[in-house]
Amino acid sequence: MDTINGIWGAVPANLQPLLLTTLAVVGVMLAVIMAVAFTTLAERKVIGYMQLRRGPNRISLFGLPVLRGLAQPFADVIKLLMKEFVIPANADRKLFLLAPLIVLVPALTAWAVIPFSPEFVLADINAGLLFILALTSLGVYGVILAGWAANSKYAFLGAMRSAAQMVAYELAMGFAIVGVLMAAGSLNLGDIVRAQEGGPLSWYWSWLLPLFVVYFIAGVAETNRAPFDVAEGESEIVAGFHVEYSGAAFATLFALPEYANMILISALASIMFLGGWLSPLQGYLPADSFLAQPSFFWLFLKIGGFIFVYLWIRATFPRYRYDQIMRLGWKVLIPVTLVWLAVEGVMVWLRIGPWA
Amino acid sequence: MMNVRSLFRTFFLTELLVGMSVTLRQFFAPKVTLNYPEEKAPQSPRFRGLHALRRYPNGQERCIACKLCEAVCPAQAITIDSDVAEDGTRRTTRYDIDLFKCIYCGFCEEACPVDAIVETRIHEYHMENRGENIMTKDKLLAIGERYEAMIAADKAADAPYR
Repeated sequence: MDTINGIWGAVPANLQPLLLTTLAVVGVMLAVIMAVAFTTLAERKVIGYMQLRRGPNRISLFGLPVLRGLAQPFADVIKLLMKEFVIPANADRKLFLLAPLIVLVPALTAWAVIPFSPEFVLADINAGLLFILALTSLGVYGVILAGWAANSKYAFLGAMRSAAQMVAYELAMGFAIVGVLMAAGSLNLGDIVRAQEGGPLSWYWSWLLPLFVVYFIAGVAETNRAPFDVAEGESEIVAGFHVEYSGAAFATLFALPEYANMILISALASIMFLGGWLSPLQGYLPADSFLAQPSFFWLFLKIGGFIFVYLWIRATFPRYRYDQIMRLGWKVLIPVTLVWLAVEGVMVWLRIGPWA
Repeated sequence: MMNVRSLFRTFFLTELLVGMSVTLRQFFAPKVTLNYPEEKAPQSPRFRGLHALRRYPNGQERCIACKLCEAVCPAQAITIDSDVAEDGTRRTTRYDIDLFKCIYCGFCEEACPVDAIVETRIHEYHMENRGENIMTKDKLLAIGERYEAMIAADKAADAPYR
């Protein structure tokens, strides 16, 4: 302990905050990446169980007999990193290598404004929600560029589909977020959580239920997950925009952002509609009990629940036809959000509800 | 009235929730997968796997080179050459089964008048080099010697039904 204090004292005082921030950033990045790794395992396990299979159960962590299959993600990563990385002869090399980064960087950067607990958030900025909207929209460019640069018609078709879909569902998602803004009166994610204080029934899912459902459906579509995964519909266009990617580029630059975005959407849904780090037992237990305190544990629990719903949906529903996706996005979800925004506006005007 | 009901169903996603309840029930249902190397599915004594040539208890080869198996084989996987042995009996000098051609139909076993060629219940075998797919007479006899107890037991178990 003394040596650690000694080393810390040797660091110039004006560099100490910088060092602390860097450590926090690296910690959050590592946490997200580990969460992604275990989400891939959870996906295979959950879908396997729903299909009456066992899922991966061979590779155990440190040879422990419990929880076999726990080390499967690491085996997968090692396998993918050792595979050959092929650049197609007619591909646009620069864009082909740049595109995955454009998908990856926003998916990880967006975590900067997520409040994990009342105390811990990397960047407590007031335009947090705008920042997230801007960054998640950037991912579309990566997808389009990947499809274009690969110079393959399947990749191109997949990119077109995914771009049109993401644009369509971003609107519904944006409107759902507008509802939360009207309710909380702030773009700061921490303030949004604090505005929901007071037990599970005062969280926004109760008053904004249609927006909550629309947000989650749009979130599933945003991340190109089943049943909205026409961008990679293997029965029609092989694997969509990432057909030509292989090895490390595929693993770290497409699989990783996809799952990171899933977790991000889940985290945002928890923060905006399920009270983030607030305890669901608040108001039912004495206020000084451990379980009624707000903590990062509740946020992780809620994120985990949403991830499970993601996988559950994937195991249940067949893929939507492309025109049905567009119809759902433009003709159902957006009108629903608009109607509920009007209702909410009237409620705010008449001072009914928690935002009065 | 119908329209109101269908509108209700559409907006409350009832059919989607019914579907999700089905998958959730399966999630908790017992899993039917066998953990293969540790657990194995039950196998019939009639299982038709790797071939073997048997001997009589006194050590004499059963095969009399009648070539019925070669004739009946639908995949023409069996090749037999024969000659007169030192003791004056008719014996094979070559008995090859090409495992890549073989379709494991069991006709050779059925055709054999002396129960010489049999298909054992061994199904976990592999080849690592080209040419190992040809089972020669020596290899077939070796398998027969090694698994004679198992083969005899399987044949005895199946005998009442033949």
